[in-house]
Amino acid sequence: MIEVSELSKHYGDVVAVENISFKAEKGVILGFLGPNGAGKTTTMRMLTCYLPPSHGEAKVAGFDIVEESMEVRKRIGYLPEQPPVYHDMTVGSYLRFVAKIKGVPGPKLNSRLDDTMEKTGIAHHRDTVIGHLSKGYRQRVGLAQALVHEPEVLILDEPTVGLDPKQIIEIREVIKGLGGDHTVILSTHILPEVSMTCGQLVIINNGRIAGEGTPESLMAQLKEGEVLRAHIDGPPGAAVREMIARIDGVLDVSQEPGSEEGVFLVTSLPGQDVRDALTRQVVEDGFSLRELRPLDMTLEDIFLSLTSEEVTA
Amino acid sequence: MRNFAAIYSKEMRSYFVSPVAYVIAGVFLFLSGYLFRNILMQFNLWCLQFGQRAQQMGGQMPALNLNEMVVTQFFGVMDFIWLLVIPMLTMRLFAEEKKNGTIELLMTSPIRTVEVMLGKFFACFSLYSIIVGLTLVYFVILEAYGSPDWGPIFTGYMGYLFLGATFISVGILASALTENQIVAVLLTFGMLLLFWLIDWSASFAGPTAAKILHYLSFIEHLEDFQRGVIDSKDVIFYLSFTFFCLFLTTRVIESRRWRR
Repeated sequence: MIEVSELSKHYGDVVAVENISFKAEKGVILGFLGPNGAGKTTTMRMLTCYLPPSHGEAKVAGFDIVEESMEVRKRIGYLPEQPPVYHDMTVGSYLRFVAKIKGVPGPKLNSRLDDTMEKTGIAHHRDTVIGHLSKGYRQRVGLAQALVHEPEVLILDEPTVGLDPKQIIEIREVIKGLGGDHTVILSTHILPEVSMTCGQLVIINNGRIAGEGTPESLMAQLKEGEVLRAHIDGPPGAAVREMIARIDGVLDVSQEPGSEEGVFLVTSLPGQDVRDALTRQVVEDGFSLRELRPLDMTLEDIFLSLTSEEVTA
Repeated sequence: MRNFAAIYSKEMRSYFVSPVAYVIAGVFLFLSGYLFRNILMQFNLWCLQFGQRAQQMGGQMPALNLNEMVVTQFFGVMDFIWLLVIPMLTMRLFAEEKKNGTIELLMTSPIRTVEVMLGKFFACFSLYSIIVGLTLVYFVILEAYGSPDWGPIFTGYMGYLFLGATFISVGILASALTENQIVAVLLTFGMLLLFWLIDWSASFAGPTAAKILHYLSFIEHLEDFQRGVIDSKDVIFYLSFTFFCLFLTTRVIESRRWRR
């Protein structure tokens, strides 16, 4: 549905985006993750035909973004960072205007407006002037604007920025509901958002792709063996540590920094589960096990390790 | 056509929903009405003075031409007010879209830049024509007390339509060049004033240059209309100026698409 190959954008000598390639199949929600200024917005602007790429090419819904821009524009819904709303229009008349310029046929217009407003939860604000709406509602109007013509591809630039936690959850639900029918690209620098909504992830930093895949595969890729957190009650000193270190498959043991004595981080060799051996050994030696749980790598860890790798490289 | 209509009605709505249309129409009509009254009073005074003098000298009173002394005078004043007002009608057309980010919506919609530009142009032109049309009331009042020649009045108004289109096209171009409305106003005003006064420098130029400078003057072409003459060279001047500015506007807006 979306095919990006070696896309670059330069502003004079400044490189905003360099050689980005990725693919998104139909119905996928693709998260575009990166710190501020990484090139997310620039990439999205190229995909929506707002900016021409300096090099490379991209196809959206099967059409080239430069050569067949009109066809692409018919098939996308775009929510820029700042919702593109007219402050002096009412919600209803604004959406009607957008629907018209997006080419929604006349007979379908009213039902499309009702549907969209229902979906984004702004139906009761139909006659409110947009300038009088709160930021959160304006964002919804922006989302409604992107949805009104039922585009095949939705491109959302930080759709939840500036919303309160309740609104964020609601908007995420709306977006999740869009996957399947629509292909969605959404950019964000909020990590939990990605793990909650996206099936596919592209991490971008300094205009380059730093990582790509499903959230799970990215985590697996970065895991260097499993880490367990074990709280073992035993005699003070190094006895417990040495006991753990002797277990087969354990790579490294260390006292967890900042925790009370007896809390260890146990790193095992990749693919080896040392939990059974550890429990048995603890019991054999007459210590007591208070806690044992695997430490999952969070998206924050992935993100930081990927983006800081890029910085040092 | 549908896109054009959508943009056109959006722009018209925006003029009339905000105070812009009312304030501009109000200020313009107040000022022009006030000046029309003064011109009329002046004409009255002259009539009185000439009448008295004629009586004292025992001769015939010279004929005072209502068209020349009221209508043409008033047109001269109206030209000048439009020079000040048009930049304010046009400044927001593209500058505001850029500032608000709504230009991203327009540029990523399946709609051609020409349609956007024409929708905006004709919306502004309609508002202008409505306000200009309202001033016809003054001449109806004049008709009640005198007998002006309506021919030059109508051609004069026709001239205003051409002049307005030209002014507005300059304003749209300036608005497309910036996202700052004050810059847009100043650019428009500067351009309009320059072409207004451009024939002044004709007096110091060589014969060929003088001809060109005369030809470029906004005001020279208007005078023919106000005298009751519809000359194709004037019509062509205004139309070609308008087309040129509108063409440039489209290019400026589209340039984003080819600036790699």
